[in-house]
Amino acid sequence: MIFIGERINAGFKDIVRAIKERDESIIKKWALKQAESGADYLDVNIGAASNKVDDFLWMVEATQNAVDNPISIDSYKINFVEEALKICKKPALINSTTAHDEKLNSVIPLALKYNASVIGVCMDEKGSPQDVNQRVELAAKIFTSAVEQNLPPQRLFLDPVIMPLKFMQEQGGNILEAIQQFKLLSDPPPHIVVGLSNISSQTQESKLINRIFLTMAVCAGLDAAICDVADEELVNSAITAEIILNKQIYSDSYIKAYRSARL
Amino acid sequence: MSFPDIKKEWPNRINAVTMGATQEKGGTRTSLVTVGGETALPFLHSDGEIPHPPVIAMEIWDIAPTDWPPLLAEHFSDVWDDPGRWARKCVDEFGAELICLRLQGCDPDGANHTSDKAAAAVKTVLKAVGTPLIIWGCGNDDKDNEVLPACSQAAAGEQCLFGSITEKNYKTLVALCEADGHTLIAESPVDINIAKQVNILAADLGFDPANIVIYPSSGALGYGLEYVYSIMERGRMAGLGGDKMWAMPILCDIGKEVWKVKEAIADEELVPGWGPMRKRGPLWEVATACVYLQAGTDILIMRHPEAVKEVKKAIKEFMKK
Repeated sequence: MIFIGERINAGFKDIVRAIKERDESIIKKWALKQAESGADYLDVNIGAASNKVDDFLWMVEATQNAVDNPISIDSYKINFVEEALKICKKPALINSTTAHDEKLNSVIPLALKYNASVIGVCMDEKGSPQDVNQRVELAAKIFTSAVEQNLPPQRLFLDPVIMPLKFMQEQGGNILEAIQQFKLLSDPPPHIVVGLSNISSQTQESKLINRIFLTMAVCAGLDAAICDVADEELVNSAITAEIILNKQIYSDSYIKAYRSARL
Repeated sequence: MSFPDIKKEWPNRINAVTMGATQEKGGTRTSLVTVGGETALPFLHSDGEIPHPPVIAMEIWDIAPTDWPPLLAEHFSDVWDDPGRWARKCVDEFGAELICLRLQGCDPDGANHTSDKAAAAVKTVLKAVGTPLIIWGCGNDDKDNEVLPACSQAAAGEQCLFGSITEKNYKTLVALCEADGHTLIAESPVDINIAKQVNILAADLGFDPANIVIYPSSGALGYGLEYVYSIMERGRMAGLGGDKMWAMPILCDIGKEVWKVKEAIADEELVPGWGPMRKRGPLWEVATACVYLQAGTDILIMRHPEAVKEVKKAIKEFMKK
């Protein structure tokens, strides 16, 4: 299971404050906490807090000053992505491209140039996908573009696009079925990722909802998640799901083993 | 019709473990042996790297065995009163590249050697041969915890491979190997989950998993070998796939298993139709060894010189790319 820590995101007030005041200690705190929890990548997202590339680069540098986990560059602005790739010390994850041709043809070449991986989000000009078929079509389009540009499947992460349960409760089943079908695209299949917290947006029991959805998605074939990696129960659930699916060998200390192997 | 390409790339490398230390590194060995380091399943050279061939250790004891069958006695009874001479015969006459010294003399139900006597045997063998050494206790936990400290000390700096830790008894030997710079055999009772757990327990004490060799308990052909094979295969795939607690080289201790079964030692008069014992015994050891080589073993502990010779030939063949 690949865990992408979501917390260094200007959707959170303390991160907005950190950017405005150039307070590295706040970034450092969340970088360390997520690294200690075993995050494989740390997502860095400036959101609407600033449209200056220097501010985004400051966030990436502050994260790298604190820990050496690879960075997930979370921006739709191609120049932000490229400038960040130049300073990433380890092969990064580009979060993300959509299925728009223009984006596929600009983001994937950057991934190739900088030895990065790419998240391909199943959306296009028509907007968000509404059913399983649309998701699969968009995933196939992204996958084909990646293959044609010689990006290996193990560097592609397909995102079926989670919709909030509270507002689109009928989508949960579609997402899970789409994940199952994405796995049929190739052997070995590309990675499949979700932005997990979106499922519980504005709900009560959001941690419980995240945990159960993640477990269900792992059963469907998910192997990566952008999530609250410091939520121990969440991570333990995913680890346990993988044991039940025989993806990892059980041992009495299986949780400890899994966690310590990532540190 | 073209054959489909079924090449498989694995994301992780099995740890490489080196036995022995030369003078530069504080030991007195004249040769070193390294095992492991694979990025492919056994002998599938087209899938990845297999940098080190599997190796054979010849087994000697610190006491003359009383129950070894005639087919073994005829080769070793002239030397088995002296572990130094026994080790030298294995190296000089039979080409052993590794010696496994089993401290059977320490068995409290047998000769019950003291720790001084056990340590003296270790020193004797270290002086007699320049090959790296595997040193294995007698199998009684309390007695091994009593005698192995002196043995570990006696071999300090030589980077020996010490056996063994189990889920119930690991703290003493882990501490010794850490202190005296040895590598460690982690034993489990034909159980893939316990095999992983033993490695975790050692790692929890601060022992570097890179210095562990897995011993899954290896039965002879006809005595559970298939089940051990399935554990080794599954475990090796997990290690290659990224499970750090199964990414260790594997050892199979087969001499002691083979040379107690009737298929290897029963005279053909007693079992007509089984063929001549003189061929059957070593052949049983060869067959057991070759199956475990296919399962992924990196170290084989063996007894019969002819079996050792044949398995060496087999390894050479398997290592051809």
